[in-house]
Amino acid sequence: MRNTFAKTFLEAAQKDARLCVVVADISPAGAMDQFRKEFPERFINTGVAEQIMIGMCAGMSMRGLKPFAYTIATFALYRPFEFIRDDLCYQDLPVTVVGIGGGVTYSTLGGTHHAMEDVAIASAIPNMRVIAPCDPEETRAATQWCVAQEEGPVYLRLGKAGEPLITQNAKPFAFGKVRLLREGRDVCILGYGPVLKLGMDAAVALEKRGISVAVASVHTLKPLDREGIVPLLASFPKVVVMEEMVPHGGLGNTVKALAWESGARCRIDCLSLQDEFIHSYGNHDEILRAHGISFDRVVQLVSA
Amino acid sequence: MQYRRRILDISQKVTALHAAPAFSCVEITDVIYRGLMRPAPDGKGFSDAFLMSKGHGCMTQYAVLEALGILASEELDRYCTPQGILGAHPDRGNPGIEASTGSLGHGMGIAVGMAHAEKILRSGKRIFAVLSDGELQEGSSWEGAMMAANLHLDNLLAFVDLNDIGGLEKMSQSHTAFYPLREKFESFGWESAEVNGHDCAAMHQAVNARRGGRPYALLCKTVKGRGVEFMEHVPIWHYRSPSKEEYAAAIRDLREVSA
Repeated sequence: MRNTFAKTFLEAAQKDARLCVVVADISPAGAMDQFRKEFPERFINTGVAEQIMIGMCAGMSMRGLKPFAYTIATFALYRPFEFIRDDLCYQDLPVTVVGIGGGVTYSTLGGTHHAMEDVAIASAIPNMRVIAPCDPEETRAATQWCVAQEEGPVYLRLGKAGEPLITQNAKPFAFGKVRLLREGRDVCILGYGPVLKLGMDAAVALEKRGISVAVASVHTLKPLDREGIVPLLASFPKVVVMEEMVPHGGLGNTVKALAWESGARCRIDCLSLQDEFIHSYGNHDEILRAHGISFDRVVQLVSA
Repeated sequence: MQYRRRILDISQKVTALHAAPAFSCVEITDVIYRGLMRPAPDGKGFSDAFLMSKGHGCMTQYAVLEALGILASEELDRYCTPQGILGAHPDRGNPGIEASTGSLGHGMGIAVGMAHAEKILRSGKRIFAVLSDGELQEGSSWEGAMMAANLHLDNLLAFVDLNDIGGLEKMSQSHTAFYPLREKFESFGWESAEVNGHDCAAMHQAVNARRGGRPYALLCKTVKGRGVEFMEHVPIWHYRSPSKEEYAAAIRDLREVSA
């Protein structure tokens, strides 16, 4: 996802001289390095200083440029939070804050590097839009939307690298619209981010057992596609929401509220990170499992 | 210019006006707008930009913008009312207002971004920012100061209103390690000078005498509440608007400082 973002951004920046990147001491790999070489003035490294990363983006945007702030999600969003709120959101500036390693992607680096609450925090700010694509192709489409938009601030939550494709058979990405990745009749899985791969795997496995599972990417968390989600809650007897985020302030709670408001009768189960700092290390899958998110658990919830 | 008189008159309509911190930066704001910023080629407004980083000083900016014909007098009359557009901190989108400030330590970063953008755009435009001494206690101000020098932003001019009084106490007594300040800017790669912040001619002269090639900090020694003797150096006037009796006394006492 990181590499796809960089490649897509570079292609756009070659055509739009207003696109800039402000990073806080993160290594510019791949296409980002090429962007830096081609446009040294438009690649700014503030060093280990995230408040000025956001402040500069605000000032550059005010003078007509289109800056992207880019670093590890915890440092992109948490450290300069009040700068994102006041400088970007209060003033409604078209700046994209890119958070790399959303959720517990950086599985060996400990809690300081786990963006477990980012979607809830970003969504809470007026004017902020929140996008969390699930695979490299969806990242490409989301990035293309971000470089083109001029309306206001965006938090773009990405994973790291090497995520598999799961959107091959889906209709094109549309900002603010739920995207059906796989048709089904019995159960509907709603989710966002790379963790949705577990949902796709579970859907394939359960098909052999005669359970037909639909999977939808809710890549735009804010504004949420209420008109797209309500019919799903009405037409499926069972819905499973999965997200690599703490249980509060995320998609699960919102979907339950939507079900209540719309009078839906479906059963809703939610799978999320725990409301807990888990002092455990391992690969990404292993840390997700420590939080209770695994292929087996998804299969169990969907088929229960 | 009767800026202080105008601010005192408006102070009678609201309870929180930040009169004293507005009074300390009257001459600073005036000399930037009327002495240093270059007018736009079409005669409308300026090609250079002004950023009030110490948002609580915006009453002074409003008064100057009114005198320049950029902000309508009716808007100042409607200050802090539901019918108006002006609040006790600047709001981006209002005439002459570049950024919504009020939370301290944000202006330096925004100004650095603006100045670097003008470099990228090859516009030749300069960014003038007015900062308080108090907001230089914010680490973010120094993140910005470092980047300004790293990016060689010689089109950034920061005027620091050194009125010495924070919300609680005198910084020179409570935070002695804050000083010396000029050396801090110099060691961060800035050019700097220190002048009397109520002397427009001295500030103008200092800016014109700068060597250039680096961001520039003009440290302006000021008096908080300047112009009304009973407000001078008294912390309570950071927030307070004068009562009817105090207003009458202030008008009698008022010494406008000429530009």
